[in-house]
Amino acid sequence: MCLGVPGLVVAVEGNVATVDFWGVRKQVLLDVVDAAVAPGDYVLNHVGFAIRRIPAGEARATLELYEQMLRDMPEDLMALDVRGEIAATEGPR
Amino acid sequence: MSVSPDASERLRFRDPAQAHRLAAVLARTVAEALAATGSERLAVMHVCGSHEQAIAKFGLRSLVPAALDVIMGPGCPVCVTDMPEIDEAVALADHGITVATYGDMYRVRGSGRSLADAHAEGAPVEVVYSVSQAVELARTSGREVAFFACGFETTAVTTAAALIGGVPANFSVLSAHKYVLPAMEVVAQLPESRIAAFLAAGHAATITGSAIFEPFAERYGIPVVVAGFEPLDVLAALVRAVEAIRDRDARVFNLYPRCVTSAGNVPAQARLWEVFECETGGWRGIASVPAGNIRLRETWRAHDARYRFAHVRPRGAAALAPDACICGTIMIGRAGPVDCSLFKTKCTPQDPVGACMVSSEGTCRIWHEYGGLPVLQSTR
Repeated sequence: MCLGVPGLVVAVEGNVATVDFWGVRKQVLLDVVDAAVAPGDYVLNHVGFAIRRIPAGEARATLELYEQMLRDMPEDLMALDVRGEIAATEGPR
Repeated sequence: MSVSPDASERLRFRDPAQAHRLAAVLARTVAEALAATGSERLAVMHVCGSHEQAIAKFGLRSLVPAALDVIMGPGCPVCVTDMPEIDEAVALADHGITVATYGDMYRVRGSGRSLADAHAEGAPVEVVYSVSQAVELARTSGREVAFFACGFETTAVTTAAALIGGVPANFSVLSAHKYVLPAMEVVAQLPESRIAAFLAAGHAATITGSAIFEPFAERYGIPVVVAGFEPLDVLAALVRAVEAIRDRDARVFNLYPRCVTSAGNVPAQARLWEVFECETGGWRGIASVPAGNIRLRETWRAHDARYRFAHVRPRGAAALAPDACICGTIMIGRAGPVDCSLFKTKCTPQDPVGACMVSSEGTCRIWHEYGGLPVLQSTR
């Protein structure tokens, strides 16, 4: 519940962004993000909402932890929380 | 269950050399801080389940000098949800109102039953991942849906945004949202508190900004370090916290600038406070926290389950949590899971007694998963 998960914006339509989470594309709401986002931006997401546009050049460091978890320990408690965050977003429409 | 040797092989810092350098700096700084303050031990408290996950998962306590206690405080919003709040949700479900809530909350007991218990007895309960899914449930089913909303300010922002974005008349919110800063004050004010610094949760601070902690740091003379979730982020934040203790420098330090600014996410704060206000109320294990509960403003009463269903009252309180359960003491950082006689024996993730064993952010649940002991698992 304290966790935010980073993802790459691939499309924006109104207040909905299509965000790529390690190959899985999901819809994320942009109602509360702190700055305008465009394809190519990374955003931090929490329960289906983008809460921060991650400054360019800083996304890499933010992604490392999540990539390691999702790659190495798919059934781990923390990895399951990350998966829950991704599941909180809507599927493609 | 501790992490298997096989897993520990793979759980490496992406930069082990830097981790060991930071650990060496931490050891030296702790020694200096002990000398400077004339203390035998130091305690730093964090208030975030995700921090505890990272600390336990990556075995960070093994890199921390024995004289430094890294303690989890009231950082699990599900765990601090008060039993009467859960009783309210269970009463709504018993009354035939569909209660939607996050999975972590589903199995936490109130003074009697959990939502899962009510569900098993036929009451309408749905687990959702987001407020949007609860709104969608109300829209498609046409039923009365009450979203039992928990979480700190980061999560409360999304509940607020959903209400502002427009919800059907049959959707309401039963808010158990909590505001973490007042709980830090309660801990700081505890008699004989030995917390010398706090780590603030990076993603909550993404919303609130780091400046919000400045009056707290000044009033209590306790430094606050905003920390990220990478193992190196946490280690670096501990070093900064101990430096500040050593230097008696009770300011706010932002060590997570890639996600946290001084002012925070201002548009999100505007939405949060347009919908919600803070009220004094109970937190499980901590008693009453001044301005610690986030509640709907009067203007949103049409969607406030407490007013919409004011006639639904919880049944008389049943037995309280067993005397042996020390969740409350654990949540204020005065005990650890291993101090509890029920831990791993009578209280397990499969059959939890206290809230700390239910949520993936509860201290007991995390220590049950990762061991929690200072065993070096992540560097070689």
